[in-house]
Amino acid sequence: MLPWLTVLLIVLLAYGLYGGLVLAPADYQQGDSFRIIYIHVPSAWMSLFVYVVMAISGAIGLIWHIKLAEIVSISSASIGAAFTFLALITGSLWGKPMWGTWWVWDARLTSELILLFLYLGVIGLYGAIEDKRTAARAVAILALVGVVNIPIIHYSVEWWNTLHQGATVTKFDKPSIHPDMLIPLLVMAVAFKVYYGIALLMRCRNELLQREQNNRWVDEILEKL
Amino acid sequence: MADSSTLNAFVAIVRRDLLLAYRHRAELINPLAFFVLVVTLFPLGVGADVALLKRIAPGVIWVAALLASLLTMDSLFRSDFEDGSLELMVMSPHPLSLLVLGKVTAHWLLSGAPLSLVAPLLAMMFNMEAEAIKILLLTLLLGTPVLSLIGAIAVALTVGLRKGGVLLAILVLPLYVPVLIFASNAVDAAMAGFPVSGQLYMMSAMLFLAITLTPWPTAAALKMSLS
Repeated sequence: MLPWLTVLLIVLLAYGLYGGLVLAPADYQQGDSFRIIYIHVPSAWMSLFVYVVMAISGAIGLIWHIKLAEIVSISSASIGAAFTFLALITGSLWGKPMWGTWWVWDARLTSELILLFLYLGVIGLYGAIEDKRTAARAVAILALVGVVNIPIIHYSVEWWNTLHQGATVTKFDKPSIHPDMLIPLLVMAVAFKVYYGIALLMRCRNELLQREQNNRWVDEILEKL
Repeated sequence: MADSSTLNAFVAIVRRDLLLAYRHRAELINPLAFFVLVVTLFPLGVGADVALLKRIAPGVIWVAALLASLLTMDSLFRSDFEDGSLELMVMSPHPLSLLVLGKVTAHWLLSGAPLSLVAPLLAMMFNMEAEAIKILLLTLLLGTPVLSLIGAIAVALTVGLRKGGVLLAILVLPLYVPVLIFASNAVDAAMAGFPVSGQLYMMSAMLFLAITLTPWPTAAALKMSLS
């Protein structure tokens, strides 16, 4: 599975980056600096997507006591935190030429920052509890509470408005972005999802081997490597 | 008659916690002193400019209330966890979520409520008008129970840990954000003479949502911490 995904990721990344950085026309207002969108927007999407995956798999683990779901949940946490961090950093780099400042206390930036803290809380809680099965369940409860709260946080933060440009892609009837710019963006979004899949599978494998290290089948697998 | 005995259990928990707190009266003052002290630090930090202080007063008072309530959260289940009465509550025939609600109620009566009553005094020190102070008191009375209810989830998750203190803050503070925004926004609007019913309705909605929803995850987290 992993080699296939890796090939797919390379193809998608190559196409998306080439299309985004070379083929797409420069923006009539923002010039070439808009091109950071090809990293910024996919990672911002992923930051929310990964949180939802984490919460859902956490709930599955909590309800049906499926070990693998717990592992998926906790392995997602640090990947999601990385995406959130990436979205914040690229947004800040984009903000400097566009708004003339690295950071504004704008609604989306602030809720993204709070999302990062939610991820850090999950990671911190998992690290603090010795017994990893208990820890996974604690994290699942926390992630579920977070999922209920994220919309509330988002809309309450949206209240004090904002420098951030409005949504350009999710307006389904007529996106206000040119197709030449849009297609590489969507390809990059898929590439980021594939990357998440790869990273998740690798992390899950490590976590599983670590948890079951006292079993004989782990030794057998490790001897083969 | 299961209903009335469940209600009795709720009342018994509230009474027990109030009585326990009454036996350690000195500890009740500490969060209040902390609250007043944090608010006092701000004029020392940003200078004694009356106009500036008046402008930032709602935010300062609310952030200080947030921190003070966070500080008191840790004691919510701590002693019950250490002396084992929490395990008896989990084993009791009554729903744990209801007992949790009782504990949080008592906790709010001892922390959030006195905090709200001290706040108008501080608001006067910041030169706020009577109308705005009324709204401030109202938002505190609506908002601090939400803080206690949400905080209870995180306390239940960390009660078994030896060094849960800083972790608790990281878990809880992001979840406190909506309350802070609506509350300080309401007081700001009141100071500017705008109507604030929208924000107050929103905070009431959050309060009732918190009362109905948060006891479940708290109970689940307590069971998990004890297993």
